[in-house]
Amino acid sequence: MGQKMLMKGNEAIAEAAIQAGCRFFFGYPITPQNQIPEYMSKRLPKVEGGCFLQAESEVAAINMVYGAAGAGARVMTSSSSPGISLKQEGISYIVGAELPCVIVNMVRGGPGLGSIQPAQSDYYQSTRGGGHGDYRMLVLAPSSVQEAVELTQKAFDLADKYRNPVLIMGDGLIGQMMEPVEMPEYVKPELPEKTWAATGWKPGCGRDRAIINSLYIDPNVLEQHNRKLFAKYAVMEQEECRWQEEMTDDADYVIVAYGTTARIARSAMRKLRENGIKVGLIRPITLWPFPNAPIQKAAEHAKAFLTVEMSMGQMVDDVRLAVNGKKPVEFYGRTGGIVPTVREIVEQIENMAKEAK
Amino acid sequence: MAVVYEKTKMLTDKPLHYCPGCTHGIIHRLVAEAIDELGVQDKAIGVAPVGCAVFAYDYFNCDMMEAAHGRAPAVATGCKRVNPNNVVFTYQGDGDLASIGAAEITHAATRGENITVIFVNNAIYGMTGGQMAPTTLPGQVTTTSPYGRDPNHCGYPIRVSEMLATLDGPAYIARVSVHDVKHIMEAKKAIKKAFQMQIEGKGFALVEVLSSCPTNWGMTPQEALKWLQENMIPQYPLGVKKEVE
Ligand SMILES: Cc1ncc(C[n+]2csc(CCOP(=O)(O)OP(=O)(O)O)c2C)c(N)n1
Ligand code: SF4
Ligand SMILES: [Mg+2]
Repeated sequence: MGQKMLMKGNEAIAEAAIQAGCRFFFGYPITPQNQIPEYMSKRLPKVEGGCFLQAESEVAAINMVYGAAGAGARVMTSSSSPGISLKQEGISYIVGAELPCVIVNMVRGGPGLGSIQPAQSDYYQSTRGGGHGDYRMLVLAPSSVQEAVELTQKAFDLADKYRNPVLIMGDGLIGQMMEPVEMPEYVKPELPEKTWAATGWKPGCGRDRAIINSLYIDPNVLEQHNRKLFAKYAVMEQEECRWQEEMTDDADYVIVAYGTTARIARSAMRKLRENGIKVGLIRPITLWPFPNAPIQKAAEHAKAFLTVEMSMGQMVDDVRLAVNGKKPVEFYGRTGGIVPTVREIVEQIENMAKEAK
Repeated sequence: MAVVYEKTKMLTDKPLHYCPGCTHGIIHRLVAEAIDELGVQDKAIGVAPVGCAVFAYDYFNCDMMEAAHGRAPAVATGCKRVNPNNVVFTYQGDGDLASIGAAEITHAATRGENITVIFVNNAIYGMTGGQMAPTTLPGQVTTTSPYGRDPNHCGYPIRVSEMLATLDGPAYIARVSVHDVKHIMEAKKAIKKAFQMQIEGKGFALVEVLSSCPTNWGMTPQEALKWLQENMIPQYPLGVKKEVE
């Protein structure tokens, strides 16, 4: 450990998970995330207590995750957009039963079979719940392979801390890209024991019978349960919001972008600064909870915002909610698997600056 | 005073919610007795279905999980892979197992997943009010086959046990019935065997239990048992369909 290796995003995420104590992986092939199950199938049988199983579908995979998480294990599954759609039923049950797990979505173009190229069009699905019922997941969006590794390890701790699934939302590029990474030495934080897990019970064994369940047939009890879930989400909003700000202090124009798009936006920002336009960047790292605070702060002095996404405009709604009408919020997006270019973003900001004059 | 009969400790004191005369209750009792007699209560983990047995987690006196509709075999797989020493079983209806969960049961079987499956075939969707199931008999009237099931229109009932017995994965597959005392005793033997197989590490074991639904069949409990015997058994022959040494 500690030494730099050249790794693909997908493989780095898989290795980081194993380092963080993930011993169970259930998945189904889909491009562009296949290197995660492939890596797990090679590595997990060689790790003590490790088990990789290729499921018959994403539906089965997420329900295997439910069973393994319910039995107290650190467990992960990964997929890409169409497969994540299939997992939504299971994710909803996992949230309802308050089970911890990590889910990776290497987002590709949609709707439908869409394309296998990178996209960010699953933002709504990820940040609004995705399955049925009122719920939230922590959504972590890495923008480099190194960050993907760190967030993967963090994801397992957060899942256990809150007994809630954590979604790592990458895109085809983050998964396929090779970058130098340093695998951090994983240190497990203090976490509550999983006394709720179903591992075998008998009268007088010192705990109540474990019932892993999301059914609350009495409306009053279900409302109580939902309030309890939302109390957890309130704590997440307080404590788990993450973002990166660059050159926002004096910025006239603030770009908001995440993941791959943020990397391109950063290059555009530098170029624009060279041309004398004061541009800053806010990069949400947690898509939920959404970093409202830095956006509200920037809205005090910036002239306008530009949200850039690989979608027809989804996160831009959250940016507008944060800005709350104080300043104009423009949007630029490419879809279908097309990645916006530095030049396109530079032009957008230049036009905004021209119009302001 | 000698104790002749007592409640198995594998069932909780919670009163069963099943309709009067429903054989789900008998099957619960048989499963509970089998686990009790094998002395594995402390290792048992049950997976409840979506169907009339959805509250099974309130009745079986062991750690329990409640699965999404049809997904119990996948949930049991995850659970068993984490703790192979647990004795993991699913309890599933025919809609749950043979329709929405057809993929999960087939693949758990073909993997030879070392779990026990109790499959309650009552030829109907009990919980949702008596709609047609994948196991509904030709001609049988249900709320979604009001003119009787027409195989030319919606196909034939699935013989799950025979179908799964064609696979190499399963260790034990049997079909039993609970319409009279003799058959209940045989059902008990098969269920116990299916748990025994798991404890010995032999692999996937499934017992299909023909069961009655007096409420949705529109019969008295006695009429229902007679209907089961006369109509279901010819369609679903009883017996051991597969057993490995
Ligand atoms: C995804 C999903 N689809 C449909 C339902 C509604 N539903 C609940 S129980 C059931 C059928 C149960 O029938 P069966 O498995 O035969 O069990 P029984 O009640 O007859 O014992 C259905 C369709 C559901 N809960 N979830
Ligand atoms: S509806 Fe049918 S299967 Fe369900 S409890 Fe009543 S009799 Fe039993
Ligand atoms: Mg049924």
